[in-house]
Amino acid sequence: MAAEPWQRAETAGPLRAHVLTKPDVAVALIKKAKRPIIVAGHNVTGEPLKSAEPIDYVIQISRAGNIPVVATANVGKTFLERGYEPAALMGAMDIANRIKDESWMGLDGKGSYDVLLILGLPYYMEWLILSGLKHFAKLTTLSLGRYYQPHATWSFPNVSSEVWEGNLKVIVKGLGGGV
Amino acid sequence: MATGHSMVVYLSKKALNIKFDELATDVGTLKNVELSIGRIFDASWTEPIGPTPFPTVSQLRSWDHKLLNRYKPLYLPDCDLCCLCTMGKCDLTGDKRGACGLDMAGQQSRIVLIAACIGASTHTAHSRHLLEHLIEKFGSDHPIDIGGTNIEIEAPVTRLVCGIKPKVLGDLEDVLDYVESQIVSLVAATHTGQEGSALDFESKVFHAGMLDQVAMEVADIVQISSYGFPKADPEASLVETGLGVIDKSKPVILVIGHNVPPAVDIVDYINDKMLFNKIEVGGICCTAIDASRYNPYAKIVGPISWQVRFIRSGVPDVIVVDEQCIRTDTLIEAQRVHTPLIAASDKVCLGLPDRTNDPADEIVADLVSGKVPGVLILDSTRVGEVAVRTAMEIAPKRNKYKVLPEAEEIIKQSKSCRNCNECTRACPQTLPIPDAVRLAQEGDLSGLAGLYEACIGCIRCESACPVNLPLHSFIVKASQERIDEEKFNVRAGRGAIQDVEIRRVGGPIVLGEIPGVVAFVGCANYPNGGIEVAEMAKEFASRRFIVATSGCAAMSIGMYRDEEGKTLYETYPGSFDAGGIVNVGSCVANSHIAGAALKIASIFAKRSLRGNYEEIADYVLNRVGAVGVAWGAYSQKAASIASGFWRLGVPVIVGPHGSKYRRMLLGRKDKEEDWYVYDARTGEKVYVGPVPEHLFYAAETKEEAMVMIAKLAMRANDTSKGRAIKLTHYIDLHRRLYGAMPDDVHLFVRTRADIPITIKDEVVKILEEKGWKETVIPDPTLLQRMVRRRVT
Repeated sequence: MAAEPWQRAETAGPLRAHVLTKPDVAVALIKKAKRPIIVAGHNVTGEPLKSAEPIDYVIQISRAGNIPVVATANVGKTFLERGYEPAALMGAMDIANRIKDESWMGLDGKGSYDVLLILGLPYYMEWLILSGLKHFAKLTTLSLGRYYQPHATWSFPNVSSEVWEGNLKVIVKGLGGGV
Repeated sequence: MATGHSMVVYLSKKALNIKFDELATDVGTLKNVELSIGRIFDASWTEPIGPTPFPTVSQLRSWDHKLLNRYKPLYLPDCDLCCLCTMGKCDLTGDKRGACGLDMAGQQSRIVLIAACIGASTHTAHSRHLLEHLIEKFGSDHPIDIGGTNIEIEAPVTRLVCGIKPKVLGDLEDVLDYVESQIVSLVAATHTGQEGSALDFESKVFHAGMLDQVAMEVADIVQISSYGFPKADPEASLVETGLGVIDKSKPVILVIGHNVPPAVDIVDYINDKMLFNKIEVGGICCTAIDASRYNPYAKIVGPISWQVRFIRSGVPDVIVVDEQCIRTDTLIEAQRVHTPLIAASDKVCLGLPDRTNDPADEIVADLVSGKVPGVLILDSTRVGEVAVRTAMEIAPKRNKYKVLPEAEEIIKQSKSCRNCNECTRACPQTLPIPDAVRLAQEGDLSGLAGLYEACIGCIRCESACPVNLPLHSFIVKASQERIDEEKFNVRAGRGAIQDVEIRRVGGPIVLGEIPGVVAFVGCANYPNGGIEVAEMAKEFASRRFIVATSGCAAMSIGMYRDEEGKTLYETYPGSFDAGGIVNVGSCVANSHIAGAALKIASIFAKRSLRGNYEEIADYVLNRVGAVGVAWGAYSQKAASIASGFWRLGVPVIVGPHGSKYRRMLLGRKDKEEDWYVYDARTGEKVYVGPVPEHLFYAAETKEEAMVMIAKLAMRANDTSKGRAIKLTHYIDLHRRLYGAMPDDVHLFVRTRADIPITIKDEVVKILEEKGWKETVIPDPTLLQRMVRRRVT
């Protein structure tokens, strides 16, 4: 299935993300991962959905899949206020720079990560970070945001907030969490 | 036949300087012989000349590589391709190489170099034009004077890079000859089939930035010296600022750009004809700042993003564009409101007829009658006369004709919206324009008004709209009440920092007791409006940092009022001291911020600046806790300005849009081996922690930038008292904005005396958990040659 970048001028090039037409595919990819990590930007608090905020789904995905979360910018404060302690409070550029480095032993010192789940950064910033990782890192990247990110390995297409929330719920459930 | 020893030879393209301590010839022995051919080195200047006067592209390469070894590039390609030659397009995805052999890292660094060269060229061409114009007007012997007796080091960047001490305008021609020749070499390196190493491209980026600082310094010191701008005056006057300060009942001339002679000649003509009470002059972007430095009668309308909103308001009766950061569709926008346009630079001709040599009467008649929409006049004196006369004559006829729709029209037109989302998809901020339009359909314009602060005025939304809704005009009209109240002030650009100010703060900065110098500079491509810059400036001024500023950022800092109704310039002093907010001036005045760091090395530490780049940059990197913040950086000039600071070891933070520069320079605090320096006292290598941690960093939010500013202000040389002060700010901001203690405190504590006393228990606990070990505070340097006593 073809998908379009959300910001019109962001045309990537020959290698574009596979489209996650069904959230179950994301579930399968995450389950298959040996060392996944979530990077959550400050916009996970910016868009209330029908039942919860995106940050709440990030927490649920993290808990259900036992996946560490790196909270970028100042969003860590909101995670902490919700009683969830991210694995790290780190700038988006900093974490991207580490993930790029195959020799990095991860936040826990146990090895590099093989799958990155990312959402909540400004669209263009996420675009560029995913591009950097596409070209200079080996891991698989999944964009869990509302808008198609062609530099990811896998991305949802542009979807309504209702569909997006539905997708996030399926992922939580698929990983064994309760919604 | 002659033999010599202790010979020093300085070579550059146009000069040869030979110095012998002793020269033995067939006819006798000569001592202390110095011979200069071509470029003249001032023999009366006793400061010893360093190793790199007029450095070539590769002479500072080893310093660059020291920096790049610590601050490695993180490349963020905008797309997968290179399309710069006809062998392409080439797909550089992953580890592929293009037809020329270049890989993706090389291509990204090449693009960064191209951007830095564009920026440096732009400042240099600006500088060259100003220099030639002012030599023609004032003579090449016109003295350089930027601060009277308050300033002895008149051109610190030029002294550092070129090794000369310019005294008159004519001395600067050699300086620009050098800069221009170097930029040509750098651009040549970007041609297909030249440089192939990403790190060497990056070294050239630094070179472009260094040249850019020289060019900026030349531009600003010649205009200060010739036009009588404020001369390092901390109490420069306050200038009226904002859309609301323009008296709409009068004819209005709008000047846009960066190169001030046309604006100066407009003000002079008004003065000569005693029209001060009868006409308004307002400016956008740096021309506004420099016109107000010339005469505070000229008002500042606003930053770069105010162009379309002000033109469409119909208020300007004549628009004069000089160069840089001008919307290239200004003529189209001007025609819509029947405002004639005068282009005043050969860099921006806009397809207009060259009327430079025509009689003023004829040009004015053609502009007033509408026979031509605009003219090109490459003579600033002529521009001054034509602009003023045209404005006076056309104003009653135009009657402030505007193209902003009335509220009823907005409501009616908004009903044709198809909800296609193309506007928000075109918006760089992804503003919720469709939601605002839906509200407008119901008669509620508050949604549109709510977009005003974050809108950067790019009008891509209008270009994208399939039913041609004038969406930017909607936003502006819905915000009319707010716009009418845009009445603020900005302290006029003061220029350089006085030597006496440096003497006062040099010690406290180098020892760390003034927690840092933070410079808010650059353009207005802000993620959430200019208010964030003002908020950050207020935060750090109140924390007793020295806050410097320039350009559009300086305007944004002045465009908000506190609870008492005061702007920050009314609340905080303009002196270069703890708690001051120091507007140095326009973009080219950024050189004074670099100059202040250099003067600390020169005046406080008695280091020789002259042709001594590497040693001084090493000093700044390790001792001067300066941080640049270009929160709305958009341009190639911003890229070259940042590059100049990088080579000096000054970190730069940009806003999220700055990630589009496609390359960060990031340290790795988790790699201990990257953070060793030589202790110049002993020659031993000492771990100093990640200070400063990064050289170029895009922050996602204002809060992240604030924490990062406090962190990047730390330096290896901080005394324990200074480090404790800096740590207090870092920890305090981190806790307030991130809700937790930072996890890297232990990396910044060298001895127990570094621990802030008020949070000692908490920090000690962290140190124990982390297995922290005490170390020493060295006399830090990255240069082995600076070690005074080697360890055997």
